Amino acid sequence: MSASVLFDSPGPKGRRTILLVNVVGVAVIALLLYLVISGLAAKGQMSPQKWASLFTSNAWLNFFLPGLASTLQAAAVSIVLSIAFGLVFGLGRLSEHKAWNWIAAVVVEFFRAVPVLLMMVFFNIFFARSGIVPGSESPFWAVVVALTLYNGSVVAELVRAGVHNLPKGQREAGIAIGLTRGQSLRLIEVPQALVAMLPALIGQFVVILKDSALGYIIGYTELLFYSRTFGAANANTLQALLLAAAIFITINYTLTKVAEWVARRLGSRGPRRSKPGEPAVVGLPAGLPGLPDTDADAGQRR
Amino acid sequence: MDDYLSLFSQYNIAAAFWITIQLAFWSALISLILGTVLALMRISPVPSFEAFGAAYVNIFRNTPLTIIILFGVLALFNQLGFTLSSDFNQNFFRMAIMGLAIYHAAFVCEAIRSGVNTVPIGQAEAARAIGLGFLPAARLVILPQAFRGAIVPLGNVLIALIKNTTVASVGSVAIEASSVMKTALEFRADIIIPIFLTFAMGFVIIVIPVGLLTTWLSKKLAVAR
Repeated sequence: MSASVLFDSPGPKGRRTILLVNVVGVAVIALLLYLVISGLAAKGQMSPQKWASLFTSNAWLNFFLPGLASTLQAAAVSIVLSIAFGLVFGLGRLSEHKAWNWIAAVVVEFFRAVPVLLMMVFFNIFFARSGIVPGSESPFWAVVVALTLYNGSVVAELVRAGVHNLPKGQREAGIAIGLTRGQSLRLIEVPQALVAMLPALIGQFVVILKDSALGYIIGYTELLFYSRTFGAANANTLQALLLAAAIFITINYTLTKVAEWVARRLGSRGPRRSKPGEPAVVGLPAGLPGLPDTDADAGQRR
Repeated sequence: MDDYLSLFSQYNIAAAFWITIQLAFWSALISLILGTVLALMRISPVPSFEAFGAAYVNIFRNTPLTIIILFGVLALFNQLGFTLSSDFNQNFFRMAIMGLAIYHAAFVCEAIRSGVNTVPIGQAEAARAIGLGFLPAARLVILPQAFRGAIVPLGNVLIALIKNTTVASVGSVAIEASSVMKTALEFRADIIIPIFLTFAMGFVIIVIPVGLLTTWLSKKLAVAR
């Protein structure tokens, strides 16, 4: 930890203390794990049949894989629509037309402040009542629309922040070669902002994937729904939910790592900025939500 | 208009939001304590603490909150008979608070850590150079700056937490805002859009001041560097 702001590189005495505390720490963590596992075992939750049924072809082919497929389907449609929504309203917030700008600001601020679950519950009942979509598809579209409105608004803010963080010279150069303000935005600024916001955007995919589990509450048959059904049938709800959580954690952790990798790749492009002939490269906009160390879920900046 | 106003006499919307605020208050308090402990573990030079903090954050940050709260009701309560109160409703209320707190503690931890990361290493070097030991340096130089740097991310976590209290409905807390809205929507088919807008505005009214307050605080306390 020599690079830490809090600690100097420890000397021999410090290293001995750290080693001692470390041993105690390992012991305490091991004890905690043991208490949890033995507590579960005392309630009969560690018995093989409670776990074995999770790893049968029946469990995967009829429950976990179909559930995962619906979860991914809802998430994928929401991701595509969120990006479209984010581009439209992000450009709206950058527009020089007062009215357009104002409408985009109200829409984005409103949908960022309203809980996703509230929107899902509303759209589910709204779609079912109004018959806009077939009744059986109403939960799916409620999930997609609610996720799109919230995450699209976050993406709109990413687009706006990305363009604001570009060097001013980009726009000036666009204007200087005779582009209009709109052309310079579309052709020069937004494409660069999109590259710079890529890590934050991938971070937002994690949020979409996690929030798709809210669909369980309105009766969308996704991974959580199937896990619960499986757990109820096999008297191992605890184990089935843990498996569902493990699936989510694996996918989201991988996405987070991809986001960090992209961020590093983009970051390492920085020094080339000075080379003549290269396009000026966009550094990572500071403080964008969803970057590795910030909270993607709470990605609202005000 | 009368149709709409009858909504307020039919359903106690203020009480629903009062539950939301209570859920948010207690889980914010617990997640702040838990998150601070985790952040201390993650920035400590002790590898096992660091690993534990990192594992906690990676596990709970990547799990849907719905699973965590559902786990409390279905696995801990139904399957294991675990309770936090002998009163039935109070038990679910406390379980929802614990679920919210455990989930958001991971984000609080990262917010505090990002605050520590805003402090330039030169500050610590300068503190050591003028002869401050570890504790005085942390207390006088580093933590005051780290805390200010963490205000905005902590505010964002608080906003997310307030909105996420609606997920408590899956934890059998049937009297918070989203459950009451669902009941209202089901029984008052005539005014579903006004009902949604009413509840949505309730959240806008709670969330926007929190955002303004954290922005104002972070500007007022900003460290000039």
